Order: sequence, then structure tokens, then C-alpha cells
Amino acid sequence: MNQGVSSLCSRSVVALTARCGVLSALIALTACQPAVLDPRGPVGEAQKTILIDSLAIMLAIVIPTLVATLGCAWWYRRSNTRARHLPDFTYSGQLEMIVWAIPLLTIMLLGGVAWISSHDLDPARPLPSKDPPLEVQVVSLDWKWLFIYPRQHVASVNHLVIPAGLPVHFSLTSASVMNAFFIPQLGSMIYTMNGMATQLNLHADEPGVFLGLSTNYSGDGFADMHFDTEALPMDRFSAWVDATRGTGPTLTSQSYTELAKQSLGVAPFTYRDVDPDLFKNIVTQALPPGPGPVEETSPGASKRAEK
Amino acid sequence: MLGKLTWAAIPIDQPIPLFAAGFVGFIIFCVLVYITLKGWVPYLWREWITSVDHKRIGVMYVFLAGVMLIRGFSDAIMMRSQQALAFQAPGYLPPDHYDQIFSAHGTLMIFFVAMPFVIGLMNVVVPLQLGVRDVAFPTLNSVSFWLTATGALLVNVSLVVGEFARTGWLAYPPLSELTYSPGVGVDYYLWSLQISGVGTLLTGVNFVTTILKLHAPGMTYMRMPMFCWTALASCLLIVAAFPILTATFAMLLLDRYLGFHFFTNEAGGNVMMYVNLIWAWGHPEVYILILPAFGVFSEVVSTFSGKPLFGYRSMVAATLVICILAFMVWLHHFFTMGAGADVNAVFGVTTMIIAVPTGVKVFSWLFTMYGGRIVYSSPMLWSLGFIVTFVLGGMTGVLLAVPPADFVLHNSLFLVAHFHNVIIGGVLFGAFAGYTYWFPKAFGFRLHEGLGKAAFWCWFIGFYLAFMPLYVLGFEGMTRRMQHYDVPAWHPWLLIAALGAAVILAGIVLQIAQVVVSFRHREQLRDVTGDPWNGHSLEWATASPPPPFNFAVLPRITEDDTYWGMKQRVLRQTDTGEEPRYEDIELPRNSPTGFICAFFATFMGFALIWHIWWLVAAAFVGAFVTFVVFAWRDRTEDRIPADEVARIDRANRAARRAALAQMQPAQ
Repeated sequence: MNQGVSSLCSRSVVALTARCGVLSALIALTACQPAVLDPRGPVGEAQKTILIDSLAIMLAIVIPTLVATLGCAWWYRRSNTRARHLPDFTYSGQLEMIVWAIPLLTIMLLGGVAWISSHDLDPARPLPSKDPPLEVQVVSLDWKWLFIYPRQHVASVNHLVIPAGLPVHFSLTSASVMNAFFIPQLGSMIYTMNGMATQLNLHADEPGVFLGLSTNYSGDGFADMHFDTEALPMDRFSAWVDATRGTGPTLTSQSYTELAKQSLGVAPFTYRDVDPDLFKNIVTQALPPGPGPVEETSPGASKRAEK
Repeated sequence: MLGKLTWAAIPIDQPIPLFAAGFVGFIIFCVLVYITLKGWVPYLWREWITSVDHKRIGVMYVFLAGVMLIRGFSDAIMMRSQQALAFQAPGYLPPDHYDQIFSAHGTLMIFFVAMPFVIGLMNVVVPLQLGVRDVAFPTLNSVSFWLTATGALLVNVSLVVGEFARTGWLAYPPLSELTYSPGVGVDYYLWSLQISGVGTLLTGVNFVTTILKLHAPGMTYMRMPMFCWTALASCLLIVAAFPILTATFAMLLLDRYLGFHFFTNEAGGNVMMYVNLIWAWGHPEVYILILPAFGVFSEVVSTFSGKPLFGYRSMVAATLVICILAFMVWLHHFFTMGAGADVNAVFGVTTMIIAVPTGVKVFSWLFTMYGGRIVYSSPMLWSLGFIVTFVLGGMTGVLLAVPPADFVLHNSLFLVAHFHNVIIGGVLFGAFAGYTYWFPKAFGFRLHEGLGKAAFWCWFIGFYLAFMPLYVLGFEGMTRRMQHYDVPAWHPWLLIAALGAAVILAGIVLQIAQVVVSFRHREQLRDVTGDPWNGHSLEWATASPPPPFNFAVLPRITEDDTYWGMKQRVLRQTDTGEEPRYEDIELPRNSPTGFICAFFATFMGFALIWHIWWLVAAAFVGAFVTFVVFAWRDRTEDRIPADEVARIDRANRAARRAALAQMQPAQ
């Protein structure tokens, strides 16, 4: 009886979540702005500006060139008797100087943009803020994401929760093959690689749920390597951390080794406690890299085994 | 006895590859039976398979590229339809199959479509434009072709026996290491590219030697047609870049076969080293492909504008600047590796600098058209379509060269759209322009114009339909190589892209129809004079198709002026001057060396993939013996007597004289 009630309850919760999901999908669809051009943080905002500025600089030369090319091609068609015929016009020093100078000047301007913005938006560069950033350690596994909150001693799989309005500093590595960590609406992606750690700083201005995904192909489960990034107001983020501490398994070397095995479409879950040296042990390979496919006798067999 | 090869290697449970392979196998079988029954085998053996004539080898290269284009395009259709269907659904291709398809698509299109196509055009045209009888090393040329064909064959064998790589077309480790890819897929990838890579490198050596050392009398460097310059730059890049590829793959092979640790996660392997090395080859590779295409456009725009090329010296300079800069930009393929601001900024700026010489080229074509009398033939349509498309693709490329922009667009469908924009809009349009332009030279009749133009418009419109949505999807945050996805905003754009692929398919069907129709109407389309377009360079100064010796008497270039003047001179000399004194001509003898060598290489590659060691040894010995036999040959050349040369040449001179009589009043 009890069991029946609880299963009924959970079913209605599932239904509710599903309805919420559909609703939020609809909202996302109606507010349909391309993600990269609809940034929700200063990094993405700056990158959007650079995208648009660079495009504008280039269009200033590209559009006249295209118009001139097509216009010229049309005007000098053979059937046009009014067009001047200049069969010997093959060299002009002045024109050639202009021809070299225009692209050169454009590129000098754009090169300046590239130089300055590369330094301003270096992913490893800390973002300005009066409060210290939230530290998150990211591990890409076959084929899921592990997010460790070293100060909070909790961890989450396939679900990233961050506070809105506070910069986040990510240290990233991979348990096995290369991946790339990317939340389009927050900006900058970065590779994750085994045996090394990369750095990334992002900042969500406002609460919201943003799609995150791997942008470097990593094998058969690649398409499932996406996660929701939930930016919560500060107090709700603290509440989430507290709630997480209360339930779920703990992340130790043993449970990590289990997690590192290949698996597909893992539903999000959390760890209430984390071995504080875990990330360091993954980066320094004190914990061995992920094992790859398990059973393998011949390639034909492997194909069948994976389905 | 058979190494890792067992019956399990045949994908009995996978209907799509099995059916496709069965169908293709059936067609090949029918064609072979037909050829045998018709008694064409001796002809094919004598005139094509063992031929060391650069024109024949060039035609075979282009044919290989065409066949592989169809294979690579069927992969493209499958990817587009899978992504159109796989919205919140698994689609019809499971991940392991889908992953093989996009890996094979990239590998085939770059190594076995784009490369053989441009190398084929170089083979047909370069010696003719230089006014010489053949390339520097004719038999080596045949070896190059057949080794390329071996690579293509091995990739296609993987469809039925075993599997192809599931790692993407550049096989980044550690995914491509034994731990994460224990199957034979990566081995197929590596060995087929190692074998065809040898062929490509030999082609590079051959053409650099030919262009630097073999010229008709008076053909100085600054009188060479633009296509020869771009071919030279491209082959210099091959000679410098392909050894990097071979070395990189060799290291990965050592990792996979002998337990080395160049690129493994463990024991000090370094993944980043592979990524750097592969792009140190990979970026020059895109210029290896695009530079000859620039050469084709230079020839075509100049011919159909009825003018010499504008700014020849600038064009030569721009080509060589690109050739050098090609080696200084590789890091822009992985700005997102976290190298740091200075490194990223330097490579961003060097990348942008390449836009300068490229821009110069665009302006040169523009001023070549200025004041011309432009004929809208189909090669010219391809060229105009190229300029518009390539300028857009170049622009998105420069956008990706701004590191912070790349941080949000890298590996997205924006990137996919960009490189298809420059490879289809640049390399492939160039290859098609060159194919239509030089077809009458190679076969003696023109291609059907109407069908050619229809094919162009299908490709052009289909390209925009298929790839503009991908730019949008990049801004939507969609990454490449996704077997399925759940984001509703992506779906409509992927449907449009699939439609675009269908329009391109119509273009390909029209191109096949064009060949068939043109062949059936070859008498009406016959190129009698050898100069159907009123061209500017020496290939038009001989008959179509040219005799085996190309020129009865090597042309003498004395005009210190543009190609237009040079051609006028050639025409005058050939048609109004005295009949030259014909002499015996010695031509390199046909040789089956290339074919036999590739035969052994195929078995060796297959045996290495499946660890059949006795066969590796046997095939290696076979290939080595082939070389020894060739090296100890007694006769190297065949002599064509002067009478025969005169007989062949007189017919062409008569036709040319008649044509010139009609042309002269117009000038």
C-alpha cells in the first residue's frame, strides 16, 4: 500500500517534471535566439561583441568586392556593346598597390582586435569580482560529466549548478579521451585532456537553465554528453549544496573507478561527499585513465556488444 | 593463419553497409564481366593500366576522384538524413555506424576526392603548359597513381571486412589509441593513408622536378602559366608537409602495434603533440588543395574574358606568400586547447595575414574581367560561383581566426559550414571548372554546355541550402558529429540542410548525364583545332587529344610578353610558318610496375591491418622484386619514327590553319 502511494507520488512528480520540461522547451523555442548571440554572462557578451565587430569590419570590404565582381562580370559580358574593351589592360602599378593595401589595412585593424581580445578574453584570466569565485573541478568521462565542488565537498554528475552573479573558476581534465566543455550562452569553450588541467572562467549574470555540451568528439556516446547548467540565486545555491550534502553516495577512488567505466545516458545524480584529493589524483594519473571498451574479441563482435 | 580476421568481421547484422557493398560489388562485377566479354582487357592493360603517359594518368586520377566523390557523397546524404531524423529520436544509424560514416566522409573527400582531382588536373595540364613531352619521372607517376588507388580501395574494403575508424577524419588520440579503439577501424585509416601518402609524396617530388627542370625552350619561370605556378607551390607544400603526416601516423602505428607511448595517456605520451603535428601537415594540406584551384580560375577567367591575367607578378607573389604562410598558422585549429593569450593571438594574426594574398588574387580576377568580353560558359560560371562563395567562406574563416570568436564557434557546425564553404566553393568548384575547361583537351570533344550549366546551378543553390543553415546552427551552439540531439531549435535548420544535400545530388546526377550525353554526341561536340576556347597557353597549341608525344616539335617561346602574345606567336609559328623538320621521338615505355606494385601494396596493407604477418612479408617481397625487375629493365624507351610524327602532326596543322583563317579577320 505504502509502496503504491509512493510510486503514485513519484509518477505524478515525473509527469509534472515532464510537463515543466515541455513548457520550458516551448518557452525556449518562442524566445528562440541563437544561443551564442543570446549570452547570459559577461564573457559571452564580450564574445558576441567581437563576433559582430569583426563581421562588420570584414563586410565593409567583402560587400563592395562582391558587388564589384558581379557588376564587372555582368557589365563586361560579350553581348554588351556599350562596355569598353581593354584587351591589353593587364598591369597597373597603382592599382596593384591598392589591391595589396586594402586587405593589408583591413587585416591590421582586425589583427588589433584579435590581439587585444585574445588577452582580454583568455579563458584562464580571472574575471573581475569583489567576491572570490566559486571553484568547480570538471572531469569528462566516457560519456558523462563529473562536477566536483572542492570547497563544498559535494559533486554532481551530468548536472552543473552554479550561483548567478558570481564568477566561476573551472579546472578541467579528462578521465580518458579528449572532450571540450562548452556552455554556449555563457561563452568560451575549453578542451579537457587526460593528465593535464585546463582553466576556464565564466560568469552567469542571471538565474536560468543553459545547455552545456561536449564539443570535441569523444566516441560512440558523444551525442549524450550534454548537461543542464542551472544558475541559481546565491541563497538557493547554498540550499542546493546543503540538500546535496544530505543524500546520495560518496565519491571515493573506488566509486570514481566505477564511474569511469563507459556508460551512456546517465541520469543526473549527486555525491554527498568527495575525496578532497580526487581531482588532483585524476590529473596526476595517480588514478589510472578510464578503461575504454571492456569486451573486445574482434571488431565485428565489438559492434554487436555495444548495442 | 589469418591473424585477427574471422567471419565475425563481416557485418552480417548490419543491413545498410552490407546492402550497399553488395550492390556496389554487383555493379563492379557486371562492369568487369562486360569489359571481358567485349575483349577490352588487352586494350585497357596496354593503353591505360600500364600507361606512363601523364595525360592518361591524369584522366585516371580524375576518374578515381569522381567515383570516390559518389562514395563520399552517399556518406554525406546519410549524415544529413540521420540528423534530419534524429531529433529526440535515435534515427536510423546507430552511433558506431554513424561515427564511421563521418570519419570516412572526411577521409575520402580530402584524400581520395580533392587530392586526386587536383593532382589529376596537374597531370593532364602541367607538362602541356610547359611545352614538354612528359613529367620528369613517368613510371614513378604511374606508381603514385596506383598507390593512391590502393588507399582508396582499402578504405572501401573496410565497408565489408571489419570496420572503418570511428574517430573523426584526423583520428585524434587517445581516442584512436588501442585502449579506446581496439578494433581494426583506425588501422584501416592509418594504413590506407600511409600507402596513398607515399603516392602523394612521389607526385610532389615528380612535379617539383618537372616544373623546375623541364621547360620548352624559352619558357622561363616568369612566362609560366599561372596554373603551373600554383601547381609548383602546391607540390612544394606536398614535399614539405606530407613527411610530417607520414611520421605522425608512423608514431601512432608504433603505439598501436608495438606498445609505444608517443600519444597514449600513460607513460609520458602526449596527445597535444599529435594534434600539433597533424595540423602542421593539415593546414598546408588545405593550401595544397586550394592553390591549384586558384590556378584553374586564373586560366579560366583570363580565357573567357578574352584577356591575359591582370597583375601576373602579383599573382605569382601572392601564391608564394601563401605557400610560405601555410606553415605558420596551424595552431588556429586548436585555440581552445588553452595555450594562453600570446600564443593564440600570434597564430590568430598570422592566419589573418593569409587573407591578404588571397584578397589580392580576388582583385586580380576582378581586374582581369574588367575591360574584357566575358563569355558565360560553364567553366566561367563555376569561376564566378567560386569567387562569391569563396569570399564568404574566407570571411567566416577570418572570423574563426579571432581567438575569442573561435572560443564560441570552434568545432560547431559554423566551423563545418566554413570549411565546406571553402572546400566545396573553392577546391571542388575549381576542380569542376578545370574538368570542364580541359575535358576537350583530354578527350577531343567538349562537354554538353546546357547540362553543365544546369549542374552548376544545382551545386550552387544546393550548396547554399545545405550549408547556410549550418552557420545558423553554429550560432545556436550545435556541435559537429552529433548522432542525435534534443534541442528543438536545431531541427528545422537540419531539415533545410538535408534538402540542400538533395539539390546537390541532382547536380551530381546531371554531371553524370552530361558525360553520357556528351559522349553520345561527341561528333557534334568535336574539338577539331585543339583550341576550343581561344585559350592562352601552350596546351591549346597542340591537337585534342594530344598525340602521345604532346608536341611534334617542342614549341619555342621567344615572346617576352604575356601568354596572349605567346599564344599568338605559337599560332603563327605552327600555322603559317614552314613545316618543321620532323625527327624521331623517344617516349618512355609503358610499364606495369605501378600496377603490380600497388597490387602487392594492397595485400600488404590488408595483411598489416589484420595482423596476417606471413602475407605482409610475402607482399613486401613481391613489391620489392617488382622494383628490382624495373630497375634492371633493358629497354626504357619506345621510338616513334619521324614519318609517324609527321603524319599525326600534319592533320592537326591543317585543321588549325583552317581555323586560323576564320579567326584572323576578327582580330
